[in-house]
Amino acid sequence: MSDLVVEGLHASVAGREILRGVDLRVGGGEVHALMGPNGSGKSTLSHVLAGRPGYEVTAGSVRLDGVELLGLPAWERAQAGLFLALQYPIEVPGVSVYDALGESMEAAGRERGRVRELVGAEARRIGLDEALLTRALNVDLSGGERKRNEILQLAVLQPKVAVLDEIDSGLDIDALTAVARRVAQLAAESGTGVLAITHYQRLLSELAADKVHVLSAGRVVQTGGPELALELERTGYAAYGGEQEEPGEPAVARRPRPLV
Amino acid sequence: MKLPPAFSADAACALPGPAWLRERRLASWESLAACEAPAESEEIWRYSRIDDLDLAGYRLGEPGYAGPIDPAGLPDGVAELVGAAGPEATVVVSRNGGEASVLHPQPGLSVSPAEVRPLGGPGEPIPAPSGQRLDAWVSFNGAFVLAPWRVTVAPGSALAHPVVIVHWLDAVGAALSPRLEVELGDGAEAHVLEVVAGADVAMLVVPLSELAVGRGARLGFGQVQLLGRAAWQLGNQMSRVASGGALRSMTVALGGSYARVRTDSVLEGEGGDTELLAAYFGTGDQMHDLRTVQHHAAPRSRSDLLFKGAVADEAQSVYSGLIRVEKGARGTNAFQTNRNLVLSEGARAYSVPNLEIEDNDVRCSHASAVGPVDESQLFYLESRGVPAAVAERLIVLGFMDDVLERFPVAGVLPWLRRAFADKFSTRRPH
Repeated sequence: MSDLVVEGLHASVAGREILRGVDLRVGGGEVHALMGPNGSGKSTLSHVLAGRPGYEVTAGSVRLDGVELLGLPAWERAQAGLFLALQYPIEVPGVSVYDALGESMEAAGRERGRVRELVGAEARRIGLDEALLTRALNVDLSGGERKRNEILQLAVLQPKVAVLDEIDSGLDIDALTAVARRVAQLAAESGTGVLAITHYQRLLSELAADKVHVLSAGRVVQTGGPELALELERTGYAAYGGEQEEPGEPAVARRPRPLV
Repeated sequence: MKLPPAFSADAACALPGPAWLRERRLASWESLAACEAPAESEEIWRYSRIDDLDLAGYRLGEPGYAGPIDPAGLPDGVAELVGAAGPEATVVVSRNGGEASVLHPQPGLSVSPAEVRPLGGPGEPIPAPSGQRLDAWVSFNGAFVLAPWRVTVAPGSALAHPVVIVHWLDAVGAALSPRLEVELGDGAEAHVLEVVAGADVAMLVVPLSELAVGRGARLGFGQVQLLGRAAWQLGNQMSRVASGGALRSMTVALGGSYARVRTDSVLEGEGGDTELLAAYFGTGDQMHDLRTVQHHAAPRSRSDLLFKGAVADEAQSVYSGLIRVEKGARGTNAFQTNRNLVLSEGARAYSVPNLEIEDNDVRCSHASAVGPVDESQLFYLESRGVPAAVAERLIVLGFMDDVLERFPVAGVLPWLRRAFADKFSTRRPH
């Protein structure tokens, strides 16, 4: 069984420390929920794990089945078995899901020719109109379609560990059920370890979590069973320092700019 | 403009051809001599490399080098492009701007090496849009053209298959003036692919493509430039669209050292419609230089321009465009968009859009962007396990795809996608 081990992880954005010693362990087939107030570092943690540029890791380690991920470029972490479903999936004009997954499968030594069949099968399971998939990635898709598309890609790629960053935001109840069900199946049948970042207990009523962690001010301050999520729903995060200043995404995404 | 001895009036007059062609050459030579020498200090030549041109370093392309060539003798890449237009396409291959043979003629189509009546009417060639000076290289082409190729589609005829004109150029050290004139009669319809390709030798290529679209006629015109890396190109495309006519034109620039195309598009009839498209990709020290004029001289005409390009290594590109709407051209819709990807620190893209509007009742817009590959798009693909270099290729080709898929000649898209992918692979890794 695979194993993601995060130890003493510290990371900063633009000189400001956001993660202040995160410790987590997600075993194969386990479902962990990560909750916490706004600004506690949940999204930062997901980006740091996946290797998004713009974050400086100052201490700690992230090992997947013993392989140190820190220092590897994002794609090598993905090839090592880590998947990140983004809170805001990014539009990539002119590039279809078939192109992207085909290249990923080829790099992994999987049979690229099967990508259409696998994507088609997952689209039916997750309830995504296959006609939408001939479009460029996430272009002209609704928020809910984008989230279903993230889970579709997760299911095709079959990673060892999936980090889901607010996969439940912007989903209606039917979509939430479809997404949660597919993730639960992957955990149960494929042994995928799941770290689901969420604000709401609602996801966890569909996706049964083995463990719930509370992240506050860049540290895991409490870990418990599913009852912890229910308690948080009732009491809020007041006990954990309440809402903190939102660090936002780092300003490294260079976009086309007009020329003077 | 002072011309070296190789390009004197006597030299132009000594070129072979019927009397009318020789007269045309002399008239063009006179307007060339009357032009001021193009210089980077002029706005229309700003950012270009024209000051590096030494015309005296070239000789006049002689008729001895020119002549028909068997399409089967073309290099693989060019032959595949010709083949992409389909097995029944009419194919004309001319070497060094000279005579050519015509394969697969079609009813309603006349392809002839020369015509007495110039496309510009009494003036020759198609005149520059009002307010614009005729490009010196249009006159240069007129002065030294060996055999202007004329494609004429009879009024009301819709050609079943594309017409492919290949200018194969391989005269070392020569200045060559390939010329294509396309005339669609009223209500005619045709798709024309022009290929400007050459051996990897130093040359100065001065092509001129003239497109005259009759009333209610529809022309799809695609030009693909595949010159060698030592060649310079100073090209012009001039079009006029009569009332209710429609032109979709696309320029694809991949080759050349410094390769310029100026596109002058005149909508002279009410309700005319043009789509002007371009895709360009430079590597090494190439420079692709594209200038456009969308001239609306009649009411309710529409022009839609989308030029997209990429530069890698130390390559440069220039786009400058003008939308000009005359007084009285009410109800004009004119759009102009130029987007560029800059793939390395040493590469540079210049983008200069302009509007000149004399009428109130118009809808015009322009947009321009220059920038690197979006980091968040790269990260997104990498987070799926796509290797970084592959992710960059997917994004760059994806960026080009929305313009490539509008190429006006059916069947060519897969070739174009391959050509851009191959071009991407020739850039130095960074």
